[in-house]
Amino acid sequence: MYFCHFMQLTDNQRLALSSSVCPSRSNPTSLSLSLSLSQPIKKPSSILCSRVFMAHLFPEEVLEHVFSFIGSDRDRNAISLVCKSWYEIERWCRRRVFVGNCYAVSPAAVVRRFPEVRSVELKGKPHFADFNLVPEGWGGYVSPWIAAMARAYPWLEEIRLKRMVVTDDNLELIARSFKNFKVLVLSFCEGFSTGGLAAVAANCRNLRELDLRESEVEDMGGHWLSHFPDSYTSLVSLNISCLGSEVSFSALERLVGRCPNLRSLRLNRTVPLDRLANLLRRAPQLAELGTGVYSAELRSDDFSNLVGALAGCRELRSLSGFWDVVPAYLPAVYPLCSGLTSLNLSYATIQSSELTKLISQCHRLQRLLVLDYIEDSGLEALAASCKDLRELRVFPSEPFNREPNVSLTEQGLVSVSEGCPKLQSVLYFCRQMSNAALVTIARNRPNMTRFRLCIIEPRCPDYLTLEPLDTGFGAIVQQCKDLKRLSLSGLLTDRVFEYIGTYAKKLEMLSVAFAGDSDLGLHHVLSGCDSLRKLEIRDCPFGDKALLANAAKLETMRSLWMSSCSVSFGACKLLGQKMPRLNVEVIDEEGHPDSRPESCPVEKLYIYRTVAGPRFDMPDFVWTMDEDSALRPS
Amino acid sequence: MEGVSGNGLAGPQLLDLMPNNREWLVMIDGAKARGSSEEKKLELRLGPPGTDDWCNLKQDTNSKRRDEALLSFGRLPSMASAQIAANNGGHQAHKFGSSEALASPWPGTSYKENCQKLQEQEQMKPPRSYHQFPSTISQGKNLPFSPKEASQSNCNHKGLNLQDSGVKKAFSQASASASAANTAVPSVSQKRTAPAPVVGWPPIRSFRKNITSNSSAKPSPEPQNDTPNKVAREDKPVETCEKKGMFVKINMDGVPIGRKVDLKAYDSYEKLSSAVDELFRGLLAAQQDSSAGGINKKQEEEKPITGVLDGRGEYTLVYEDNEGDRMLVGDVPWRMFVSTVKRLRVLKSSEVSALCLGTKHDKNSLEMKTNQKIFS
Repeated sequence: MYFCHFMQLTDNQRLALSSSVCPSRSNPTSLSLSLSLSQPIKKPSSILCSRVFMAHLFPEEVLEHVFSFIGSDRDRNAISLVCKSWYEIERWCRRRVFVGNCYAVSPAAVVRRFPEVRSVELKGKPHFADFNLVPEGWGGYVSPWIAAMARAYPWLEEIRLKRMVVTDDNLELIARSFKNFKVLVLSFCEGFSTGGLAAVAANCRNLRELDLRESEVEDMGGHWLSHFPDSYTSLVSLNISCLGSEVSFSALERLVGRCPNLRSLRLNRTVPLDRLANLLRRAPQLAELGTGVYSAELRSDDFSNLVGALAGCRELRSLSGFWDVVPAYLPAVYPLCSGLTSLNLSYATIQSSELTKLISQCHRLQRLLVLDYIEDSGLEALAASCKDLRELRVFPSEPFNREPNVSLTEQGLVSVSEGCPKLQSVLYFCRQMSNAALVTIARNRPNMTRFRLCIIEPRCPDYLTLEPLDTGFGAIVQQCKDLKRLSLSGLLTDRVFEYIGTYAKKLEMLSVAFAGDSDLGLHHVLSGCDSLRKLEIRDCPFGDKALLANAAKLETMRSLWMSSCSVSFGACKLLGQKMPRLNVEVIDEEGHPDSRPESCPVEKLYIYRTVAGPRFDMPDFVWTMDEDSALRPS
Repeated sequence: MEGVSGNGLAGPQLLDLMPNNREWLVMIDGAKARGSSEEKKLELRLGPPGTDDWCNLKQDTNSKRRDEALLSFGRLPSMASAQIAANNGGHQAHKFGSSEALASPWPGTSYKENCQKLQEQEQMKPPRSYHQFPSTISQGKNLPFSPKEASQSNCNHKGLNLQDSGVKKAFSQASASASAANTAVPSVSQKRTAPAPVVGWPPIRSFRKNITSNSSAKPSPEPQNDTPNKVAREDKPVETCEKKGMFVKINMDGVPIGRKVDLKAYDSYEKLSSAVDELFRGLLAAQQDSSAGGINKKQEEEKPITGVLDGRGEYTLVYEDNEGDRMLVGDVPWRMFVSTVKRLRVLKSSEVSALCLGTKHDKNSLEMKTNQKIFS
């Protein structure tokens, strides 16, 4: 999102800013971008002048061709800061735009700068919205974006949205506006119904991918699937696993049958097991399959039919679904196991022994999502058989029970960290943890890049020593040099944040709950984590001082969420007033914070950098702390 | 500010945005050299109103880097700190207590010894309780690195103590309020009690909650072998919410924003209907307002939404039950309603009659009509 900052600058500043682009020492071939708005503007250095000078020797077409090999958003942003002509060339050949926060820049600004975009990815609500911490109606509406893109990008091919509110009207506009529309991915979105999907199905003849992930779709029944015209054959990927109502099976079967390139099919819970065989026979080329409900009273010939159909899908690499699974039917997938790289059993309520039997046949498994029914013993088997495992997620089956219902402890994770040398991403829900285990995990897997540990009881100490888990998480951040994402839980003092600030130099996203003891904790993180983009905090005693002292840091980050912390309304006002490039939003469903003393802590606080100014679609429980609001008498 | 490298700042600079306002404090981070970078860095900091607390905090926190701190341990403040002090209008910038390098905090290193040493010095205090109000978290006083209940006056004394004990850092109270909180909660409870249910914790998506709570209804897989069919597709919305609220989505015709209502908060249809009015009156008025293009008439147009239950009002409350059927709210006993409702909708009364509300049998016709409504 560096370009956001850039767009507001005058030409003078733009030229001067390019001076901060210099070859990075570690990797001379890549450009490292250094941009600080709080810095006095420097004169261009001589190295850069020569660089820019040389660049002018190439015709635009050559540069454009060179740029086309540069895929990473960050590098493209850096390129556009080199000089005016590079900026111009780059913006005309940018095909893909990613906006990490839909309120950080206006649709008009994006459309103005990048006239030839084919693919847009937008994100809306804060991540904590997943856990009900963002009130309903907060915002994240995609409407203004779709409207702007419909006018500006008739050749747009891809829209990927995450945590946004999408209406049926939006979907209809998409269906009408883009002639060559190919990919629609709606992750964790809401606000639309199957009616909108029907419009997309009916009009987007070249649609390759329709992925609803875990969106909340208002379900008007499965009829919408029949809106795909009979001549439509381009579907490659379909994910309807989040839909609640029965799909129209005949429409589904016909659709699957006539799309020869269909590689990924994720059904919803209502697709019965006895229909699966028929579907699979029509699409033996499938690489990814999400089953529907995996239980039924199958006759024995039905079962053998299913076994045959599954065995016919020789290219299957990924399996998911298995709702309400009956273990007796699981052997049907055994023949596929040796080829599987991804297995999502996180909706499958099967016990450890069956899970073990299944998993120990999946020697090529790279990604496993599973409920804690797997227990320590199953994870041990996983560690023994799946040497290629990269990602493990273990979800709780009874998250709201206090007492453990399964025997899943820190030991399971320790086993996997020992046995799976490629493991780099972990999400682990458990009920007990120790510093010793964390230290072992850190030593075993210094290649970890994502480590999310949720000990279900808040502020739970090391169960062996009753000490805080500071040293354990400290070991994680010290050993795992490339750690990008971290979620903390358990009993933690400010000390863990000191470790994080000291060692987690590549950390990009940090989630904190029920931790720390003073402002210092937050101060360590904000002042130490150089790469931090997203920080989300709930129920921690962090307050004004740490926040205000690191106000400038917030401009380098995408967003900061703080709920049930100790930040006062006064500090929010101050921050909003003094940092015009930040939107400081106070969220309080109890009423305007002005009605309480300024020293009162705000309920929820969401701060993000923006070049678009305050947003206009706020509901009545959100207030932006801009200059006006700060001056308003309270 | 990160990555401002290579522009050759000769030394620390002070950027004072508001020189005449002492509320605004420009400080150089004690941490001059960050990470491996040898360059001095500049940080703009905003101080809160009445920054005295923060200054004191800074004294005690000793924000120097470890390497620097090692050298300056027990010595006079460096030039930079002196500058800060001068700029802060004479607040002294104390430094003390950075004796140990942070390098090895793990068991088997001096860290543990330090812990023990300190623990010997400190009185052992009972473990803290585990269910405190968030803002009054006092991480156990028996922990070696928790903030000390030191008043500002004995800060230095405290610092010396900690130096002696070899502990790297000692944090004084961050603020008066935090101090009060810490002292206010004496942490006497040794018993681990169940945490009160907290919204959004453990962090699991509601989508997943439904799955797992369904599964919890049948924890053992064995019976499924016998009657697999019976197990399938049984939604138990009541169980999804257990002791917590029972949130159901509610949408209203003409209002793009959906809300959620906690049915556990009401015990009758009447209360639910007034809740509907409360939730949507303003939104509806705003909606009609914006579509009409007027702004000033807002107050006048906010009229109560009434009669949603008896069909006499402009709007009628309907719900979708666990079988996907759309029903009129109010036709069954409240408890039965609560146990079967999946979502609520406030429809224009004129459209309710067009949509046939139905039982399972005419579901198809309902579906067709719904579709007609959507696709026409």
